[in-house]
Amino acid sequence: MNTEKTIGKRALWLARRLLSGLIVLWAAATFTFFVQFLMPGERAQIIFNANSGNVGEIPRDQLLAINAKYGFDQPVIVQYGKYVWDVMHGELGQSYVQYQPVTDLIARQIGPTIALAFAAMLTAWIITITTTVLFAGRDNIWSKALGGFQIFLATLPPYWLATILLVVFAIQLRLFPVVGGNTPMGLVLPTMALALEIYGFLGQAVLGEFTRVLDQPFITSSRMRGTGDFSVRLRHALRHAALPGITLSGWIMGKLLSGAVLIEAVFGRQGLGGVLVAATSTRDVPVVSGVIVVSAALFIAASLIVDITVQLVDPRMKEA
Amino acid sequence: MNVTFPAASFQEDATPPPTSNPLLTVQNLNVAFGPAHSRRAVVKNVSFTVEKGRCVAIVGESGSGKSVTARTLVGLTGACSHVQADRLTFQGKNIDRLSDKEWRALRGKHIGFVLQDALVSLDPLRPIGKEIGEALLVHRAIRRGADLAERVVELLKLVGVPEPEVKARQLPHELSGGQRQRALIATAIALDPALLIADEPTTALDVTIQAQILDLLSETRERKKAMILISHNLAVVSQMADEIIVMRDGEIVEHGSSEQIFGDPRHDYTRGLLKAIPSVRSRGSRLSSSRAARFVSAEGDEGTALIQSDIAHCGRPLLEAERLVKRFRGPDGKLRTVVNDVSFSLGYGETLGIVGESGSGKTTLARMALALEVPDGGEVTLEGRQWSSATEKERRHRRSDISVIYQDPLSSFDPRWTIERVIDDALTRRREDPRDRASRQSEVSELLDLVGLSPSLKTRRTLELSGGQRQRVAIARAIAPHPKIIVCDEPVAALDVSIQAQIVDLLGDLKSQLRVSYLFISHDLGVVHHLSDRVLVMNHGEAVEAGRADDVFLRPRQPYTRKLVAAVPQLRFQAA
Repeated sequence: MNTEKTIGKRALWLARRLLSGLIVLWAAATFTFFVQFLMPGERAQIIFNANSGNVGEIPRDQLLAINAKYGFDQPVIVQYGKYVWDVMHGELGQSYVQYQPVTDLIARQIGPTIALAFAAMLTAWIITITTTVLFAGRDNIWSKALGGFQIFLATLPPYWLATILLVVFAIQLRLFPVVGGNTPMGLVLPTMALALEIYGFLGQAVLGEFTRVLDQPFITSSRMRGTGDFSVRLRHALRHAALPGITLSGWIMGKLLSGAVLIEAVFGRQGLGGVLVAATSTRDVPVVSGVIVVSAALFIAASLIVDITVQLVDPRMKEA
Repeated sequence: MNVTFPAASFQEDATPPPTSNPLLTVQNLNVAFGPAHSRRAVVKNVSFTVEKGRCVAIVGESGSGKSVTARTLVGLTGACSHVQADRLTFQGKNIDRLSDKEWRALRGKHIGFVLQDALVSLDPLRPIGKEIGEALLVHRAIRRGADLAERVVELLKLVGVPEPEVKARQLPHELSGGQRQRALIATAIALDPALLIADEPTTALDVTIQAQILDLLSETRERKKAMILISHNLAVVSQMADEIIVMRDGEIVEHGSSEQIFGDPRHDYTRGLLKAIPSVRSRGSRLSSSRAARFVSAEGDEGTALIQSDIAHCGRPLLEAERLVKRFRGPDGKLRTVVNDVSFSLGYGETLGIVGESGSGKTTLARMALALEVPDGGEVTLEGRQWSSATEKERRHRRSDISVIYQDPLSSFDPRWTIERVIDDALTRRREDPRDRASRQSEVSELLDLVGLSPSLKTRRTLELSGGQRQRVAIARAIAPHPKIIVCDEPVAALDVSIQAQIVDLLGDLKSQLRVSYLFISHDLGVVHHLSDRVLVMNHGEAVEAGRADDVFLRPRQPYTRKLVAAVPQLRFQAA
């Protein structure tokens, strides 16, 4: 076919997606910037309290000094412009409390969170594919039980599940460490706690489509060619059934980032969750804003990956 | 389940004498669905044989058990099915109780199967070359690699797909309907099976493509292979089959050679099927037998009450379309002209047939006549007043002058509404309707009676009705507001022949009773010829030929019309 033209069209599509991603990022930055004015208290007072370690009325000279240092005495529109400019250059400001750049703070903690989210997503997909291909759409009790089991998992609160897993597998059976840090063994239980709930949603979406596709004439057609049942499920049905699951994965990614906060707390893991909780309780605005902007960026990247994956799995989408 | 049925007696003398070694033998096949306590028999005591190099056709209407019979031969009757047969042998081997693995070895390699509508019968996410390759790989006939790609291209060439190297890498939806069906046939004949089963292989196709596919299938027989052809279309079957099996309600009602079935049908049902095919010969006569006669007698009383609307016959046409143009933007952003400079007029009480293959623009033309689509050029006038260029507000009170009947009425009904509500809703749309609910209720009953439905169906919902009944409800709804024109867009395309015959007869009766005009759109030249006074032939958005129905169909002037008329499968044997 006309490959040159196709590549040109692909590039245009990617450019358009990146541009819309940037707009979302800008909206997230703008939102977090203006939200800080809605919070009670002077920003200078918060910084003074954090610095002095006690709560008291801020002296006039100190107030002016802090305002000058952080640029709070400038008009809001100038502050906003500077903030957006900084964000565009990967600069998220200084933490009020920890006296270090927000980017450094996030960079140090983002690794474990991404590892956890990625592991949970991968695990959920592996369980989904295995159970669907083996059990879905069959005329037996396991097939019927599968859907119910998935709904049960989807309704479980992950932090509760995390506690149960911790008690059973770490404390009673001593199979996994209670506080695992960043070791592979330490990743297993938190991953399971997150993955099982996701599997509930993901499995349902894939199961429904899989059962529907199994009744399609092209499946019968393939069987009439002599293709075996397992092969029909794996090569034909699964590909169709995966599509709604892939689309859902973008949304799941967002859920994972927020869900990780609680799980990290339960297992005492490092991660963005801990950073966000600490920053919120100390009203460390630059850190909170920074985490939100970085999460938005991750989310945008996730949906771009989702869209590319959908097009790889469903070549019909490329024309749209 | 082993009930003896009266048809058994004639079956013995009508069946050609079996040779010593048939390719396939089916004896007393019974198939039932459902669990033991509520088992429903769908195939009852079916027996037949297929010889090498012969083509056996199974004809019947939906629900006759013809597809289930065919699927039994490859062991794919589906879940909850119960198959039982005295004898079921293929190539001398018993295939009655095969394991899953044994069935798989048979499918594709020894028995090829072609389903209807390749768009849904080929995996929409896989290139067609892969689907054909699958047939070869499954039976380890060839290894992956250059040899496989070469063989796939050869097969595509064999079934007449142009540019096979390119098409092999394309997805089903990127191919035309005919090319798709050819590719699907290629998957079935990849390993040159001894028996090819084709289940309605041309039903979803246009006439000219249908003719090409039938030619392709005929080649199978030249290679001395056997074929079972399943179809509801007797004309298609008459061109190919050596033997014909007529099925109804899971039973064989008649079985004989093509010559005998078409020349001297013995069973009433077969005769009814043959008579139900609309064609040149059937013009002016009824297609269906006794069942609709009840309706004709009603003409005198209830019928007249509805004709009071004065259809004054004046010189100017009722509906006139002047040089209509419609363009749509395609997925690639390019403008496509769907209707190009088409003019037509429709007189009072006249039927104008619009024929053309899919994509010829006939439905778009109808939507412009209904003012559901605004033309990009030209104008539609209704009774001499502007119609397409009028504002929606001006049109609204005149909307009741023009009704529509679609191919699939089910999707045009609210599934939660009762039949009564569906028709009552159409009644209240009539302008200035001051009448009370009680009189409307009686009018609903009158309308149901007029379309040949029992008024006791009023409380049912459309999902509970059969296809033919639904189309009758759609017709009742269309005539309820006393329209002057009814646009019929493929109104019988989804129906079995005998039901189609009843609906065509009903439309004919209503025309004379209500003096309504029809804009009748169909791809079926036989139906159009049967009903229309004048005909407009469309191709690629342009009006190719127009004129009186007999002139256009019997003495076509344009090459395209000639091609179209020639492609229509004709009954090979004149019905007695």
